[in-house]
Amino acid sequence: MSAATPTYAGTAGAAARGKVGIWWFLASEVMLFGGLISSFVISRLGGSAHVEHDHLNVTVAAINTFILLSSSYTMVEAYAAAERGDRRGMRVFLGLTVLGGLAFLGIKAYEYTGEITHGFTPWAGTFWSFYYTMTGLHALHVLIGVIANATLCLGARLGLERPYRVELAGLYWHFVDIVWIFLFPLVYLS
Amino acid sequence: MSHASPTVTAVRGPHEATGFFRTYLYATDHKMIARQYLLLGLIMAVVGGYLSYAMRWQLAWPDTEVPGFGFVGPETYNVLVTNHGTIMVFFVAMPILLGSFGNFLIPLMIGARDMAFPRLNALSFWLLALGSAVVLVSFLVPGGAASAGWTGYPPLSAKAEYTGVDWGLTLWLLAHAIEFAAFLLGGVNFLTTIVTMRAPGLGFGRLPLIIWQQATAAILFLLSVGPLIAGAIMLLMDRIVGTGFFLPERGGEPLLWQHLFWFFGHPEVYVVLLPALGAVLEIFPVFSRKPIFGYTLVVWATIVAGALSFIVWAHHMFVSGMDPRLAMPFSITTILISVPFALAVFAMIASLYRGSIAFELPMLWALAFLAMFTTGGLTGIFLGSAPSDIYLNGTYFVVAHFHYTLISAVIFGGYAGIYYWFPKMFGRMLGTRLGQLHFWSTLVSFNVVFFPLHWIGIAGMVRRIANPLQYDMIAPHQWINVVSTVALFGLVASQLVFFVNFFVSQLRGRPAPANPWEATTLEWTTPSPPPHGNWGEALPVVGRGPYEYSVPGATRDWLPQRTGAAAAEARP
Ligand code: HEM
Repeated sequence: MSAATPTYAGTAGAAARGKVGIWWFLASEVMLFGGLISSFVISRLGGSAHVEHDHLNVTVAAINTFILLSSSYTMVEAYAAAERGDRRGMRVFLGLTVLGGLAFLGIKAYEYTGEITHGFTPWAGTFWSFYYTMTGLHALHVLIGVIANATLCLGARLGLERPYRVELAGLYWHFVDIVWIFLFPLVYLS
Repeated sequence: MSHASPTVTAVRGPHEATGFFRTYLYATDHKMIARQYLLLGLIMAVVGGYLSYAMRWQLAWPDTEVPGFGFVGPETYNVLVTNHGTIMVFFVAMPILLGSFGNFLIPLMIGARDMAFPRLNALSFWLLALGSAVVLVSFLVPGGAASAGWTGYPPLSAKAEYTGVDWGLTLWLLAHAIEFAAFLLGGVNFLTTIVTMRAPGLGFGRLPLIIWQQATAAILFLLSVGPLIAGAIMLLMDRIVGTGFFLPERGGEPLLWQHLFWFFGHPEVYVVLLPALGAVLEIFPVFSRKPIFGYTLVVWATIVAGALSFIVWAHHMFVSGMDPRLAMPFSITTILISVPFALAVFAMIASLYRGSIAFELPMLWALAFLAMFTTGGLTGIFLGSAPSDIYLNGTYFVVAHFHYTLISAVIFGGYAGIYYWFPKMFGRMLGTRLGQLHFWSTLVSFNVVFFPLHWIGIAGMVRRIANPLQYDMIAPHQWINVVSTVALFGLVASQLVFFVNFFVSQLRGRPAPANPWEATTLEWTTPSPPPHGNWGEALPVVGRGPYEYSVPGATRDWLPQRTGAAAAEARP
């Protein structure tokens, strides 16, 4: 568009649009997890979802929390690199973020296996139903983030990168992290 | 986001559609998508109407063969009620009022070339089409379609043994999930477009009211649907994995579903209502040649009502067995929420006061909306206060109440919008003689169908029963059911008139000028129908508010929002 043609009154541009869009999307995601987590909290207060964290592996989960938080850090670095126009750095840090996400999912799968083999299946009681539904929905979000980041990382190899997309993926990835920061103490510690 | 350009451009230029595939199947032009939503909504309305015909026949002449449907026993009746409600709310009202009106009007009224994310927009539509297909397919699976009510309360809905419906209900949940995803993405698109793509000079204070209402509806949907998605996941887990979230015998809480459902359900009725209200608010100034009374007031009323709609949900649960101490606060918020709506209605009436009213077809529908919606609102007062609700809850009084409000929105508001924007959408005028016939016969037959249902409700006929004659106390009032059903035949016949008019006018109607109603807002400054990219070379520039009618000292009785030469050229 040449300078003479009028442009939109709002903050136009694909980057701005993407950012506004992702924030609205995340707002609805907050309500999704908010609904699920409040249901859990209400059931706990009502006494039906008695917490059984004796049977959860708190140490492994703590390590997993650390891994996920670190992947948020690498995501920030990926964005910083993208901003600088440092393609290689962006690819490396996106790759590390993907690895972090995959490690998180692997460890979560290991946890699930341990619990299920000890008989704590999703239908073993209200707590376990909530446990699997909440962490499962979160894991699904991690998986989606991994796919998004991997796509960006591969896209960057092919020279298709658009820095603002790294920022959008980053916003999503941090959100997924924050959800875990709520889930971890609620499920494992309290 | 575009593949085509590696650099970030603020505006993509007009794009020409090519070929059948690009034009109809993979359309990204917001106007085509709006027409697709409209068509899908109308098709699903035929399905939903067909189900209501089978129900009404069964209620008037219980356990007789329904012509064109077959025998309706209690099980089938439950299937009919459930899917009628679901289809009408999620697959008719939302596609037409949000999907079609929103997609068509938002870019045109704010002076954008398309939605913010055109391909996401196409995805939303096709997701919705997929969801509709899933609903229809659910009638064909073994065990039949869902039958736990449109509210899907567990434990009834949580176990296949309770209703005999297995796959049908799972598919019903799946269809909802798809529909939610479609409108969630659609809502993100609406909001982003409105925030980032307004034409130069178009501040928020100059937005046409329907844009405010569409935005509020999108926000309400976005923020309320999450908990219901969570609930739907839990219900699916109960049905498929065998968890016990909502099953008391497994330590679950059936009431939890009701809270999650109505936390969404009440905002949802405003999601449907607000765009219809917006259409009517656009129409009143045009056909009374007066500015809207209290623009700011209406904007605030919309926002306040939207906010309050998040804290009224438990008024649907007064008799559910929830903690009775909650009834009082929720009664209070419910009565409070009528304040902004009353303000909006008064603003509408004040806008008409001493205007030079032209009874064109859009105006007739808009006025009927006002009358019918006020009727529905008045009966709502009886239901909003816990003492009278305890008697009336679950009767046909409620059925009459919500049909007066929902049908005002969907049928009266919807037709108001269709009649008003038809020239812009299809480039031709909608026939007025058939239009008059359609309007008057719909208005009369609708009232004969539903008004008497208030009486039979007060007399004690409860909802969702297949055979009213089983109850001795209702038998003397059975004539009301017969009257209502006979009037439904009239209602159906008048919709046939509409369909004929709708399709014939698209092909043979009088070509529409750019601005047939002499309206001020931006969409009337492009040709009818607007070309790809909407505005030709340059974006429109906005110089004033949306409702400048009969401005003292002006040479005409309307001043278009758009400044400059283009506006003058586009005059009829
Ligand atoms: C075309 C005219 C219509 C007729 C004749 C009609 C008739 C009916 C009937 C007979 C019932 C069942 C009442 C019962 O047994 O409890 C019903 C329920 C319902 N209708 Fe309609 N209806 C119409 C249009 C609509 C529209 C346009 C909407 C919404 C946008 C709608 C939404 C509902 C809902 C939500 C229910 C409740 C379903 C349930 O109890 O689970 N209806 N309608």
